[in-house]
Amino acid sequence: MLAAILVMVGIAVVTGLILGWSAIRFKVEGNPLAEKIDAILPQTQCGQCGFPGCRPYAEAIAKGEADINQCPPGGEEGVKKLADLLGIEPKSLDETHGAPKPKSVAFIDEQTCIGCTLCIQACPVDAISGAAKQMHTIIAAECTGCELCLPPCPVDCISMVPIAEDLPHWKWKHPVVMLKRVA
Amino acid sequence: MSRELFKFKGGVHPPEHKAESNARPVHAAPLPRKLVIPLRQHIGNPAKPVVDVGNHVKKGQMIAAADGYISAAVHASSSGIVTAIDLQPVPHISGLPDLCITIETDGRDEWIDHAPLDYLAMAPTELRMQLRDLGLAGLGGAVFPSAAKLDPGATYPCPTLIINGGECEPWITCDDVLMRHHADEILQGVAVMRHLMGSTEILVGIEDNKPEAIAAMRAAAARMDFAVEVVAVPTLYPSGGAKQMTEILTGKQVPSGKRSTDVGLQVFNVGTTYALARAIHHGEPLISRLVTVTGHVLRPQNFEVLIGTPMHALITLAGDRDGTTGVLMGGPMMGMPMPNLEVPVVKATNCLLVKSKELFPPLPKALPCIRCTRCADACPAELQPQELFRFAKAGDFGRAQEYHLFDCIECGCCSYVCPSHIPLVDFYRYAKSEIWAHEKDKRAADLARDRHEFRLFRQEREKKEKAEKLAAKAQAKRAELAAEPAAGGAAASDADAKKALIAAALARAQARKAEVAPKNTDNLSPDTQHEIGEIEARRAKIRELARQPLESEEKNP
Repeated sequence: MLAAILVMVGIAVVTGLILGWSAIRFKVEGNPLAEKIDAILPQTQCGQCGFPGCRPYAEAIAKGEADINQCPPGGEEGVKKLADLLGIEPKSLDETHGAPKPKSVAFIDEQTCIGCTLCIQACPVDAISGAAKQMHTIIAAECTGCELCLPPCPVDCISMVPIAEDLPHWKWKHPVVMLKRVA
Repeated sequence: MSRELFKFKGGVHPPEHKAESNARPVHAAPLPRKLVIPLRQHIGNPAKPVVDVGNHVKKGQMIAAADGYISAAVHASSSGIVTAIDLQPVPHISGLPDLCITIETDGRDEWIDHAPLDYLAMAPTELRMQLRDLGLAGLGGAVFPSAAKLDPGATYPCPTLIINGGECEPWITCDDVLMRHHADEILQGVAVMRHLMGSTEILVGIEDNKPEAIAAMRAAAARMDFAVEVVAVPTLYPSGGAKQMTEILTGKQVPSGKRSTDVGLQVFNVGTTYALARAIHHGEPLISRLVTVTGHVLRPQNFEVLIGTPMHALITLAGDRDGTTGVLMGGPMMGMPMPNLEVPVVKATNCLLVKSKELFPPLPKALPCIRCTRCADACPAELQPQELFRFAKAGDFGRAQEYHLFDCIECGCCSYVCPSHIPLVDFYRYAKSEIWAHEKDKRAADLARDRHEFRLFRQEREKKEKAEKLAAKAQAKRAELAAEPAAGGAAASDADAKKALIAAALARAQARKAEVAPKNTDNLSPDTQHEIGEIEARRAKIRELARQPLESEEKNP
């Protein structure tokens, strides 16, 4: 009897020690769920979700403080992916956070720009080059199309230009297969 | 001496239709009035224009320079005036325009100075850069810049060099005709490749439905000072695919995701080899190529065509007929339908196949997949086309990639054998381009994330640095002031120190103001002096007026 109890206690102690040690040794830094959500978000950093960037929104979703349908740039597809990840039902986009728009990049009308640097300070990904009283320009390859540079511009010289379909951006369309009607 | 040949899995044997065009002599297509030369004719970065509208260019002059390592230059195919550098229709299935240089030809066809390259005396890197600047790209269909392919890098020496004269696709005969007429030059090009790649074994693979080409190549090989083995391979589509030709000749398979140099060989098309010989021994850039014009035309044949010649000119030359239902660039298995015939011939154009209802009856409507797996039997890449089709159709691209979608060479064998007439290859192309687009988006998102994170880090750092700098400055000033009163013998309290700091700052501001005082008040005439006096008086008055309400406000409470 005593031996049995001792054996059981012994096993409990040993496994407890192993578990305790591995909890410290293999501790995961940060929130892995927020990490995964962040990977799905489009990284426009536009703040339309009501959070200052994609990462804070991802953390809010992970904590259950935000809904999954607040990201218009991600679109319905993004909502679906988040729902898949979190194992919940997908829902339609929340219109109060804006509607999905075609992918665009900002364009600065260099004739009108006065070089005030306000847009440079607003750009979340440092995609605007320029200096005080020097003309500014968008680095198109790095622009996420977040539109955050539009409101601060005092002379309204920034416009959003939708990315046109050209050869490098062209995609094969889903083939339309005509099914033969069988009787 | 006969070589042991291997067999790749699958393959089909469609009607060859080679005899229509391979018997007629090669004619040079006449110089068109206008040449439209696209800048994106190869894989990699498009070339960058180096001429301006209005410039006169000579034949063979570089009009656009290679941009980066995986790129090739583009040259004027004839002499004339550059009339436009703008978006023009190009031979692409989408019908979208792309950047092209338009040359109005002057009819003189005047060559720029060019000389042979002494390739044996040149460093390999220098030679490759020269070949890139001569616009060389693979003429077998993929148009991969040859200079990059001729760089074995760490895998030097590359023991086996395979020259691909398979030309397995029905109707096309341009490589056949090239081998019949220019066998010696093809092998001269091989000599250069051998020099660059350090190869010891040269294999030329030709399908056995081209006996004249095989004979010509064997005769030329006998005249060469290095060993070239010309191998006749059984006619079976797609034996002319680089991977299939490799397997037939050597039994080696290139593992998925690896390059052929990793297994010690490199494959070049005979057209590329010929172009290389022209470049080395004549200094001529790639400005023309052989194009088969066949199908529903009066005189199917091969033409020597300048790059940039409009396709309709060639079809007229071969004799256009009524009842044309479309034109394919390439063969019936892998060819692309052309959106219109204004588009120019490019480096990738090996064949123009004119379709008619009789030759190419419209496909019956597709039926559902019955999972008969005939496609799997035919697939030379040893894939499971029926599964790939299912995943591509459902948009399950992850699974499609697991089933090695990217090993698909789009040869069209699966569509050819499909009893349900499903355009399988279109589905694979769709899935591939969706995956590429998705990866591009992902890269853009990763870049945006990195840049955003760096921005946050930078802002934090700047804030900290500013605070540190201010603190250090204040500390220094305090110490300085503390030293002064200490000399006077008075112990300064904290409040005193602050006051002293403010006083010092005020003094500095005063000094700066004095420094920037106007310097145009010296040596003035009495009149001006008088004027200034008046203005100053007015100013003083205004200042007085301005101060009054302020003072009254101050007195009020």
